[in-house]
Amino acid sequence: MRLKLDTHAALSVTGWLAAGLLFFPIAWMLLTSVKTEIEAVATTPSLIFTPTLENYVAVQERADYLKFALNSVVVSFGSTLLALALAVPAAYGMAFFPTKRTRGTLLWMLSTKMMPPVGALVPVTLVFRDLGLIDTLAGLVVVYALINLPIVVWMLYTFFREIPREILEAGRMDGATPLDELRFLLLPLALPGMASTGLLAVILTWNEAFWSLNLTAAHAGPLTAFIASFSAPEGLFWAKLSAASTMAVAPILVFGWLSQRQLVRGLTFGAVK
Amino acid sequence: MNQPIKGGRGVNALPFVAPSVVILFIWMIVPLVMTLWFSFQRYNLLSPELSGFVGLSNYSFLLTDPSLWVAMANTLLLVGGVLAITVVGGTLLAVLFDQDFFGSKVARLLAIAPFFVMPTVSALIWKNLLMHPVNGVSAAIARALGLQPVDWFGQWPLFSVTVIVAWQWLPFALLILLTALQSLDHEQKEAARMDGAGPIAIFWWIVLPHMGRAIKVVVMIETIFFLSIFAEIYTTTGGGPGLASTNLTYLIYLRALLEFDVGTASAGGVIAIVLANIVAAFLVRSIARNLDA
Repeated sequence: MRLKLDTHAALSVTGWLAAGLLFFPIAWMLLTSVKTEIEAVATTPSLIFTPTLENYVAVQERADYLKFALNSVVVSFGSTLLALALAVPAAYGMAFFPTKRTRGTLLWMLSTKMMPPVGALVPVTLVFRDLGLIDTLAGLVVVYALINLPIVVWMLYTFFREIPREILEAGRMDGATPLDELRFLLLPLALPGMASTGLLAVILTWNEAFWSLNLTAAHAGPLTAFIASFSAPEGLFWAKLSAASTMAVAPILVFGWLSQRQLVRGLTFGAVK
Repeated sequence: MNQPIKGGRGVNALPFVAPSVVILFIWMIVPLVMTLWFSFQRYNLLSPELSGFVGLSNYSFLLTDPSLWVAMANTLLLVGGVLAITVVGGTLLAVLFDQDFFGSKVARLLAIAPFFVMPTVSALIWKNLLMHPVNGVSAAIARALGLQPVDWFGQWPLFSVTVIVAWQWLPFALLILLTALQSLDHEQKEAARMDGAGPIAIFWWIVLPHMGRAIKVVVMIETIFFLSIFAEIYTTTGGGPGLASTNLTYLIYLRALLEFDVGTASAGGVIAIVLANIVAAFLVRSIARNLDA
């Protein structure tokens, strides 16, 4: 008994130590965001200080912070909705009316995700330039919808396959057409699955930085680009940088905590259960 | 499981599936063909009049350019380094967080948090708040211990980028491996313990083989992502000093968007695509096997 208690204590200490180390950079960012700029760059960092919200106010007052944040919201939710609109019918068709080609189609979709973005950088930049889509929200929405489409189709497909077929068969017997079935039976049943799929797509888009850094400038840049612009004036705005970073990260962190299970399913294409 | 539902015969699912397939096909094939096409052209956006078919000369220019090989070596070091840290660390963390301890659920949430931090934010936190040679936490710790603070990004640029990326991806490995671990049959472990197996023997002979598949998936998915690491380099070192932290993705970015050399950048893009596809072939095969099960 005595030994058991000791192992438990040792385990708790090790576990919290590991978690603390991993979380430390985020905690330090939170802490720095409520310091004054002078305290933030002090060579002997202080743990005891009077917290201030002046950095949040300052970042808020820079009118562009809100604009970038709004761009992030529009791009992540817009692209997720577009991807869902394309993916729901596709996943439905493949889950409930599979053909000989279904398996091949699913694997092919997965393989398009393997294309390194840098392989498409030059063509996409040139096509976007010719279409006038560089630095537009519409352009980013389309790019992210396409990037996430395979993951969204796959996740929805696995959710749809878990829906008991008997319910759909009963509906079919009562004369429901495939479209009725999709609207009145499947969507309500699949809503939780669709919500978590959407959540994952929002998280991935919110944090993606390759395309947002390369396809935007002053107008359509999301928060990833806004934060990156802080890398130039070094050392002067750490507290404000931390405040802006906290605001950029906080909502997605909460989303991420809520959807960690689905994340495993979505990111491994169901290969790990 | 894959039987069509009753009364579903004759329903044509093509109109449902077609939009996604067509759009994805365009999204894949147009850039691919254009990249291939440009890779055989002389094409610089700064002097568009000097364009035309040049055969393989973009490739031979790139392959004889030492910077490509530096970037390739950096890519391999970066991918290999982060993989080693995340797989070994992730396995240990997964075993740790599989246990029930005081507040283990909350601790687990804190441990996976870095994965949800956008790459530009984590790069700047590490560069300015933690690893800064004068004002960073690491410098303060070094001074407290009476050591000389290290200029991480100046002296060890690739290592510093490796640390940042590993921090972001450890939680990913942890999450996936923990999920795999939780499906392990506990009776099997119990039986082994009855037979007198110690914790290390149990880990080596029962837990690790069970996690083998998940580890493989983690390695392959991470490799795909790590070949394309960009934001962490862009926000911290800008590929420098010199080319010390330039990977293949960053080199192509430099050629394409800073030197406007579409031809050479496209040839580099083709090389990146070939590299990624070698990994992807294994990954797709492993997932396909699971699709049948």
